[in-house]
Amino acid sequence: MAFLSFENIKIRGISAAVPKNIKTTASLPFFAPGEGERVAELTQVKQSRIVSEGVCASDLCQRAAEKLLADLHWDKSEIDALYFVGQARDYIAPQTASLLQSRLGLAEECIVLDLPMACQGYVYGLSVVGSMMSHGTIKKALMLVGETNSTFVSHYDKTAWPLHGDAGTATALEYVEGAAPMQFHFAGDGSTYKYVYIPAGGARMPITPKELEYVEPAPGQKYNMTNCIMEGMNVFSLAISKPPMSVKKLAERYGIEIDKIDYLLLHQANNMIDEKIVKKLKFDPSRVPMSLKRYGNTAACSIPLNIVSEIRAKITGKCVDTIMCAIGSGFAWGSAHIELDHIVCPEVIEY
Amino acid sequence: MKTLEDFIALVAEQFDNAENIEASTEFRNLDEYSSLTALSLIAMIDEEFEVTIKGDDLKKVATVEELYNMVRSRMQ
Repeated sequence: MAFLSFENIKIRGISAAVPKNIKTTASLPFFAPGEGERVAELTQVKQSRIVSEGVCASDLCQRAAEKLLADLHWDKSEIDALYFVGQARDYIAPQTASLLQSRLGLAEECIVLDLPMACQGYVYGLSVVGSMMSHGTIKKALMLVGETNSTFVSHYDKTAWPLHGDAGTATALEYVEGAAPMQFHFAGDGSTYKYVYIPAGGARMPITPKELEYVEPAPGQKYNMTNCIMEGMNVFSLAISKPPMSVKKLAERYGIEIDKIDYLLLHQANNMIDEKIVKKLKFDPSRVPMSLKRYGNTAACSIPLNIVSEIRAKITGKCVDTIMCAIGSGFAWGSAHIELDHIVCPEVIEY
Repeated sequence: MKTLEDFIALVAEQFDNAENIEASTEFRNLDEYSSLTALSLIAMIDEEFEVTIKGDDLKKVATVEELYNMVRSRMQ
């Protein structure tokens, strides 16, 4: 059983940056008349944001981090650790956290680390950053979670492109004795790795001209081997069954009364999935913030972006109890019981 | 226990034009069948039978009755 709990770590602030360019689901060119509207209605992904050429996830994260540090009045020299979570890294090597350390002007005395996770990245990232900090020597850390799905998802694939958007976020964490515990449950099934999969570009399948040739396995579904290929129906089956199970295990293990949680923060995958999860947990839907309509599925960014975009005004100046839950490529999934105590949360930045 | 007739009715609910759905209907060959209908079938089976059917599983069966038998065989 993969459970984890540690104390003395507090989230101090969360910020998010999105590109200005808007992609409107219903008007994408590959849809037959009426099909786009239907997909937008069922998934509730009405719009999403897409970076301009040359803008990376790290650029969005940088803007989010600069704003958050300014609002927190944190001195850059105090940051002891910087993590970048996401798959759209600037380069295959070196890691993006190193680039951001320099671009943000952080000190040399700083741990820098990438966690190349997909949609589950926020939950997993908090567990890694928080547990490293819980030893007590690293006092302040930044976790930058960014994704540009537009880099990998084929723009000619109607099974994937309508759902996805780009974003960058920053989460500031601090070692504070007496802070409420952060509690986690994790699980995974690596045999399903092809359900969401970028075949080429790693060591297993280097990119040659052959990998760049487009294939069209079904009408409206065109991609090459450098694209993120999704088996939507298989993903759906996992995504409606594993997350509610994970939340129940977390609640059982740590004696959490799910009804008393202020907010259930689900990975924003697709409304059909999230509605099913909420129903299975018998949770009040009015306490499940949904930013899908504005930003679509932004992979690991979706939980922090959801907080900033949907509940910042409601949680400012308050302490709220949350359960976060996400599943993503791997497949790996997990859930977390996290308190958001008077966090600093500036409005969504457009860049 | 839900019968084959109940199952047919539940399958029919996932289609707009449902009059002609029977045990022997090859549901994937219906004009109306799309990835979205497949998702609603998976969701319906999950909800009504607490059985996980994957996209790959749907491709292994042809008729509504075969799908029903697959669901039954996986019930605890």
